[in-house]
Order: sequence, then structure tokens, then C-alpha cells
Amino acid sequence: FPGLADVSISQDIPVEGEITVPVGSHSPDEDYSTLDEPVKDTIMRDLKAVGKKFVHVMYPRKSSALLRDWDLWGPLVLCVSLALMLQGGSADSKDDGGPQFAEVFVIIWFGAVVITLNSKLLGGTISFFQSLCVLGYCVLPLTVAMLVCRLVLLVGAGTISFIIRLIVVVAMFGWSTLASTAFLADSQPPNRKALVVYPIFLFYFVISWMILTFTPQ
Amino acid sequence: QGGGSAVIDMENMDDTSGSSFEDMGEMHQRMKEEEEEEAEGEAGAGEEEDGEFLGMKGLRGQLGRQVADQMWQGGKRQASKAFSLYANIDILRPYFDVEPVQVRARLLESMIPVKMINFPQKIAGELYGPLMLVFTLVAILLHGMKTSDTIIREGTLMGTAIGTCFGYWLGVSSFMYFLAYLCNAQITMVQMLSLLGYGLFGHCITLFVTYNIHFHSLFYIFWLVVGGLSTLRMVAVLVSRTVGHTQRLILCGTLAALHMLFLLYLHFAYHKVVEGILDTLEGPNMPPFQRVARDVPVVSSAVLNTTAKAIALTL
Repeated sequence: FPGLADVSISQDIPVEGEITVPVGSHSPDEDYSTLDEPVKDTIMRDLKAVGKKFVHVMYPRKSSALLRDWDLWGPLVLCVSLALMLQGGSADSKDDGGPQFAEVFVIIWFGAVVITLNSKLLGGTISFFQSLCVLGYCVLPLTVAMLVCRLVLLVGAGTISFIIRLIVVVAMFGWSTLASTAFLADSQPPNRKALVVYPIFLFYFVISWMILTFTPQ
Repeated sequence: QGGGSAVIDMENMDDTSGSSFEDMGEMHQRMKEEEEEEAEGEAGAGEEEDGEFLGMKGLRGQLGRQVADQMWQGGKRQASKAFSLYANIDILRPYFDVEPVQVRARLLESMIPVKMINFPQKIAGELYGPLMLVFTLVAILLHGMKTSDTIIREGTLMGTAIGTCFGYWLGVSSFMYFLAYLCNAQITMVQMLSLLGYGLFGHCITLFVTYNIHFHSLFYIFWLVVGGLSTLRMVAVLVSRTVGHTQRLILCGTLAALHMLFLLYLHFAYHKVVEGILDTLEGPNMPPFQRVARDVPVVSSAVLNTTAKAIALTL
């Protein structure tokens, strides 16, 4: 090799590794198969996963499906639909009435982040996104309550409708809190469950309060 | 074809070979030039030379890519190290190490003034209780603003509530810590945050009661008794940690004033006073936030308002 005598390699570039030109992509088989499937399959699979988690929230059992494969699609859909339904509140002035769309969004996501940080600081074993996933999915009963409230308000806005709305919202608030506690409290040391449950209680209380005080024009 | 060669000929290496993009650009340029040369009708022997040359170019491009890849890995490693250093919430972990029993005990203690002020009182440097109390105060404030139909212009209800409560807790704590530093008091920032945070327990109770029962005199009684008790406790603890009469006076006077005035502010700024009492007692003074008279749809407050008017007439 006549050219070797002239080889001078500077010291700071480590010349190591493979000197081969990769031929085509070497992705594993699973990537290949989900990349090529029709879009309908992907969407249906994700929708089924979200639907299964909704069922888990409505009938809270001790299952780990919510925790294991977390996803944030469900919380996003619930948050957006709740914020949309809270629009159109009573507003005789232009700039304030019900909560703004961004306000509801920020309350839900910020509140969920704060609760997650709190439970992690108290020694929880659950990961950040798992906790966000659980808290977001447990907003489902309150979204149902909002729907019911809007329907009741279509009928009338008197004392009876207020009492009905109060009962519905309180019931759903209790359901939300119980559901999220069932999933989250297990990850805490046993004597500190109350410390984790209280912020969750406050969080759903604020959302329930926004729902209850919603009055359309 | 160039992949099997183990010889690196550095003769063709120039200074720009660190970036694989430039290599690709050069490669394209050379390929275009070679195509033009071919189109002019070079011999077939030139093809093999082109092939070899491409192989060398490919190798150099590969080396450039390796270097770029390693720079990316190194950068990523450094970024994740910096992230894990600064975004580490474990720094805060010791301040959240409490039991529910302890929190309850501290809440009740925050209303009981201590007697011994010659001996520095112990303050628990804990942040869970104060943080939860601030959030509770935010929730109560929201409730009060909603039931009084307060309109906030240029802002949102939630933003105002959070800003007020957190601003008070963090701002007044920092200010008191600064004063304590000037007056040589033995207190750390976390302890100050904790002390002030637990002092908000009295505020929470007062506001929770008086936002639902709209008696003016009831509020003043609560203000004096409950607010006064929690202020006395904080003041006693601070006094026990300071020496010198002037310093004690400055610190305690400031803290007492700020604490009591905050409660007064929260009540009057965010809560609609019943119309009749406003007219009879306070005259033409308008509250800071603009209020628009609206129907109050809630049954309970209508009942309470009529009783309050009845009491106002008797006062």
C-alpha cells in the first residue's frame, strides 16, 4: 500500500466504527409492518385503545391497563370538548363571561402537572406521563356532567334545574375523584395516601365549580 | 463497491470535510460535471475512474457523516446531563417529606400563639402544607368571585386568583426574608415560606365562612379573631428569633400589617357587598373592580341577602 506512508490522522477525531455504506434502511420488522399498514388500521387501533381506557374509567377496577400503555389522546379530546362546552357562557360584556377556552385548557393541564409533581415528590412510583394520563382520563365523568348540565339548561334555568345540576355535578365529581384515587393511590406509600388525594380533590373541585356555575345567555 | 476498502486516502481530504452536507453538495456537483464530461463523449475507461472516484467520495462522505453523528451524540449527552442536573425535582424532595398527622398538627398549631418568646421556636421547613393552603385559597377565591359576579377586565378570573395568592405568598415571604436579613433574625427562606404559608390557614377559614354568609359584622369579627390569632402566632415565632427591640418592632409590625391588610383586601376586592349595606354605610366610594349588577341565580344567596338587609336595617 504505497499511500499508507502519507497517512496522518489528527488525534482529536477518533477514527473508529464501521466503514461500510449502509444498504437501505435496517429497521426492525415491526416498524416496517406498522408503517405500511393502511391508515384506517392505525386509527382504529388507537381508537380502540382510547375506548378501552374510557371503559376502565367508568368502571374503575384494579387493572393496570390505564397505567401500562399510557396515551394522551383521550385527555386531549376530553379537555377540548369540555372547553368547547364551557364556551358561550353568560356575557353581557364582551370580554368576560364564562372561562375562556385557553383558561380551561391551562387549568386542566397545569393542574395535572402540579398534582403529578406533588405525587412524585411525596415518593410515588408512577411515572410522569402515566399520572398525566390517569388524571386526564378521569375528567370523563365531569365531561358527561357538563353535557347533562347543558341539556338541562336547554329545558329551563330555574331552581329545580339548579338542584338537578348540583346533584349531577357532585355525583360525577365524586366518581372522578374515586376513579383517579383508585389508580394513583396504589403507587404511594400507604400512610401518605391522604396527602396525594387532597390535591386531586381540589383539582376536580375547581373543574366541577366551573361546570356548575356555567350559565348560558 | 467502495465499501470493502480499508485504506483511507487522505490526499483528497480538504478542510470542509467535517460537514457531510457540503460533501453531498460537492458530490452532486462532481456527478453533474462528470455527466457533462460523459455527454461530451469521453471513452468508457473514464467510467471506471468515475466509479472509483465516487467510491472515494462516498468514503469521505461516510467519514463526515460519522463525525457529524458523533458530535450529535456528544451534544445530546451533554444536554441530558445539564437537564438532569437542573430539572431535578429531587432537590425539593426533602421539603415534602411529611405525614398527614404532622400536617394536621401544624395546621392547628398555626392558630395557637406561643407563650415562650425568649427561646427560639422551631419552625418546620416544609412546603407541602403551605402549597396546598395556597391552592385552597385560590379555590376559595374563585368561589367568592363567581358568587359575587365580579368582572375582571383585561384578565381572567383564574389568572387573577392564582396571581394574587401566589404573589402574596412568594412576594411577602421574600420581602420578610429580606427584612429579617436586615434585622438579623434567625430564619431561613424555606422557614419563612412555611411560616407565612401556614398563616394562610386563618385566611382560608375566614374567607370560606364569609364568602357564603354575607354579614358585614361577622367578617369583622372573624378578621379580628381568626386573623389576629394567626398573626399573633407568626409574630411570636419571629420575635423569639430576633434580638433587639427596634428590630422586633420593625419585623413584627410589617408582618402583622401585611397579613391583616391582605385579608381585608381579599374580602373587599373580590366579594360583592350587599347593595343595601353599601348604600347605607359606605356612600359613594366605588370598589376597585367594576361591578355590573346582574341577577344572581343562586337560591341560597338570595335568601341570605334578604336576611342581611333585614339586619342592616336594624343596625
